[in-house]
Amino acid sequence: MSVTTPVPAPVLRAAGDSALIVELGDGIAPDLNAAVHRLDRRIADARLPGIVETVPTYRSILVQFDPAVTAAEPLGQALLGLATEMTQAAAEPQLRWIVPVCFGGAHGEDLDEVARRCGLGTEEVVRLHCTADYRVYMLGFSPGFAYLGGLPEMLHQPRRENPRMVTPAGSVMQGGAQAAISPIAMPSGWHLLGRTPARTFDLKREPPFLLAPGDRIRFTAISAAEYDRLDGISGYLPDCETVTPSIALMQGAAA
Amino acid sequence: MTTHLRVAAAGPSSTIQDRGRVGYQRYGVSVAGAADPLLHAAANALVGNRPGEGAVEFTLAGDSVTVEGGPVRIAAAADADLTVDGDPVPGWTSLRLTDGQTLRIGHLRSGMRGYWAVEGGFALQPVLGSVATHIRSRMGGLDGGALKAGDRLPLALDQAADRGEHCLDPSLLPARGGRLRVMLGPQQEYFTPAGIEAFLEEDYTVSHEADRMGCRLDGPAIEHARGFNITSDGIPLGAVQVPGTGRPIVLLADRQTTGGYPKIACVVGPDVAALAQMRPGERLRFAAVDAAEAGRIQARHRELVDGLPALLQSAGGFALYDSGRLLGFNLIGGAVTGWD
Repeated sequence: MSVTTPVPAPVLRAAGDSALIVELGDGIAPDLNAAVHRLDRRIADARLPGIVETVPTYRSILVQFDPAVTAAEPLGQALLGLATEMTQAAAEPQLRWIVPVCFGGAHGEDLDEVARRCGLGTEEVVRLHCTADYRVYMLGFSPGFAYLGGLPEMLHQPRRENPRMVTPAGSVMQGGAQAAISPIAMPSGWHLLGRTPARTFDLKREPPFLLAPGDRIRFTAISAAEYDRLDGISGYLPDCETVTPSIALMQGAAA
Repeated sequence: MTTHLRVAAAGPSSTIQDRGRVGYQRYGVSVAGAADPLLHAAANALVGNRPGEGAVEFTLAGDSVTVEGGPVRIAAAADADLTVDGDPVPGWTSLRLTDGQTLRIGHLRSGMRGYWAVEGGFALQPVLGSVATHIRSRMGGLDGGALKAGDRLPLALDQAADRGEHCLDPSLLPARGGRLRVMLGPQQEYFTPAGIEAFLEEDYTVSHEADRMGCRLDGPAIEHARGFNITSDGIPLGAVQVPGTGRPIVLLADRQTTGGYPKIACVVGPDVAALAQMRPGERLRFAAVDAAEAGRIQARHRELVDGLPALLQSAGGFALYDSGRLLGFNLIGGAVTGWD
């Protein structure tokens, strides 16, 4: 765990007649995002009357409420209370998905280019991706699209100058300081590193979303033959383990 | 045989909508749902449905549908000419159509969007709890797309209930003006005082870049104080985001769940629907209200939607409710002012 920074006092922001934003800070940082997800869990557990849904993001939570049931003022006070009490929160176990990826070649057309830009061998790029401890910072953009934080700094590269109009479902990509797993075929300017046979969004599955905000990810490299084998298994799900956040992460989030 | 409506001709953009897909924005799923919940609820009320039942939202021009089976009770909430098998029929009135009859809904004389509903709604499998169509993610409705000629819409009721028809006098609905009430925030500090002043004091015009996702406005540029990139956060309905051009975009039902442009303000719910009914070239002005006033606006709007059934009259000309009852709902005779 790198240096942890204290999370500043929570700020409440107006967001129209049916929503509030609880902001825990700014920027993209693991301890800040961990605090967001712990607060999101606390809000769910508190079952405050009138909350319709919450949208946790990198550094804030959009709380949508039913104005027929509650008003912004009392709800805002309750949310601030939950955010302030978080200093006593215990570590919550998290899910870590072990996501198999076939890197390079037809499965990841930009792997060689990323390696060249970073001045690394392709094996080194793959090794770095497979040792990184990724966190699902948030889901957005399209159903099930997971923004992953934790891309090793030596891999950071600007997006492609010329976005592709279509990238295949299951693409493992990187753009700027972030990585992502794409749920469906979509346009993207991110660099394609590989492909996973794990489907992160499938309406025929219950629940349809594999990843939740706050989950952790570890990639593991597989061969093209193994990709084909797993891809042929109907309803294939990757392995998953339960992990407890490190003490350093906790202290950073609670400071 | 299940009763169907066959789409003989579809309007330019007609989709099945309900109140939207609630609870999945955290997974990146857009809410969607009716752009104008009031007229959507009015169409449903006319055929005796609950307000959130799936109904068709059409854009600028309506659809032609032919009954297969039936009879079917159907009604349009729209300022448009209607015909059944070529003969004019009244709008804002429920109709009982029999096997083979075709209802044609013409062009809207005013507004951007109209609605038609069938008694009992459509027999469609909800996706993530909703039948609302979101075309960008191909979700909901009929295979996630707009209606097209040849589509067959399965109905939940094989036969319309045996009862009289209802009509609604649209003049009882509040007039909508070009004044959109907003609550400032969540990121008003990203704008200079001059930028906020322009936003609240100048006229803006609905541009041609307007769809169910958002409505881009033309008008004075809104000056940023500290760049136009924020760390992406959630986007509520009606959020006014201001990208680098300084031209505001109001985000509507099909909006993306998260975004990285600063949001100067959020339009209050009922006025978001009013904007969704404005055509390119129409002028508007924003007016700031506080949370308490926004809450009152919402409450009055809820009362209006809940009271729609009480506004219905027998299509034979007999009032279903006496005027004293109507006044009790606080909905007519000047009890409602403006678009409240």
